Amino acid sequence: MKAAVIVFPGSNCDRDMAVALRQAGADVTMVWHKDADLPKVDIVAVPGGFSFGDYLRCGAIAAQSPICKAVVSHANAGGYVLGVCNGFQVLTETGLLPGALMRNAGLKFVCKTVGLNVTTTESSFTEGYKTGQVINVPIAHHDGNYFADEETLVRLRGEDRIAFTYAENPNGSVADIAGVLSDNRRVLGMMPHPERAVDEGHGGTDGQALFRGLAGILADA
Amino acid sequence: MKAKVHVMLKNGVLDPQGEAVRHALGALGFDGVEGVRQGKVIELDLSETDPAKAESQVREMCEKLLANTVIESYSVELT
Repeated sequence: MKAAVIVFPGSNCDRDMAVALRQAGADVTMVWHKDADLPKVDIVAVPGGFSFGDYLRCGAIAAQSPICKAVVSHANAGGYVLGVCNGFQVLTETGLLPGALMRNAGLKFVCKTVGLNVTTTESSFTEGYKTGQVINVPIAHHDGNYFADEETLVRLRGEDRIAFTYAENPNGSVADIAGVLSDNRRVLGMMPHPERAVDEGHGGTDGQALFRGLAGILADA
Repeated sequence: MKAKVHVMLKNGVLDPQGEAVRHALGALGFDGVEGVRQGKVIELDLSETDPAKAESQVREMCEKLLANTVIESYSVELT
C-alpha cells in the first residue's frame, strides 16, 4: 500500500498519521500543500491540526490549496482518502464529504478519549471492526460539531454512510455523528484520531484495525 | 469600489457562540435579550468600478470561499 500524507502549515498530526500508516505496512510519502501533484498512491491521508491557523473557517483555506485539487481528482478517480479532525474539516470544505463542522456546542476545546460506535463495517476503513462494536479513540477539537441538513441525514442513513457515532455526544454533533463516508465508500472523514490509538503507549490500540483494514484491501493495489 | 460581505449562520442552524453571548448579557443585567446571532463582516477593496460586475465577482467569492453555504448565508453591500 502506498500512502501520501498532506502537510499544511499548521498540521500537527501529520507525523502521527505517517507512523500509523507505516505500522500497517504502508510506504508513506509526505506531500507539501503547495505541490500540485500527488505521487502515485492508493490512499491520501489529510491529517489533523490547525491548517492556516483555522482562519476564516477550519479547513477553508487548506481546501483551496493546490494539493487539494489533486486530492479531489484522486477521490473522483476512485482513490481512497482519509481525513481526520482538521482533515475531516478540509474534506467537507472541498465538497468531497457532505455537511460541515461547527464550533462545539459547549464552546470548549474537548480533549479526551471517547467511545465510538462502529455503525457500518461496509467500508475498507471499518471492515476490521464488528457492527455495533464500541471502540475507544481520542478526540481533540474545538470545531467538531457535525451539521448536515435533514435531507442529507436521510441520505446518509439510507446509504449506510455514517461510519462512527459517539457513544456520548461530546460536541453537539447532529445524530451523534463522528465520521461519514462518501457515496463510493472510499472517502472517510472523522473527528476522532485513530492514529492516536495504534500503540500500547497511546493507552489503546483500537485505531489499528482501521489502518490494517486499508492495508489489507490495498496490499496488492 | 468597496464591498462589505456579511456572513451569518443560516436560520435553523444553532449558533452556540450567539447563545453564550446572550447568557453573558443576561448575567450583566441586560434583560430582555431574546436572541443573539453572531456572524462576521468581511471588507473588500476592489479595483472593479462597475457595480454589477463587482457584485457578481463578490458573490462568486462568497460561494467559493468566504461563506460555507452548507451552514452560512451571506449578503453583499457595495459602497
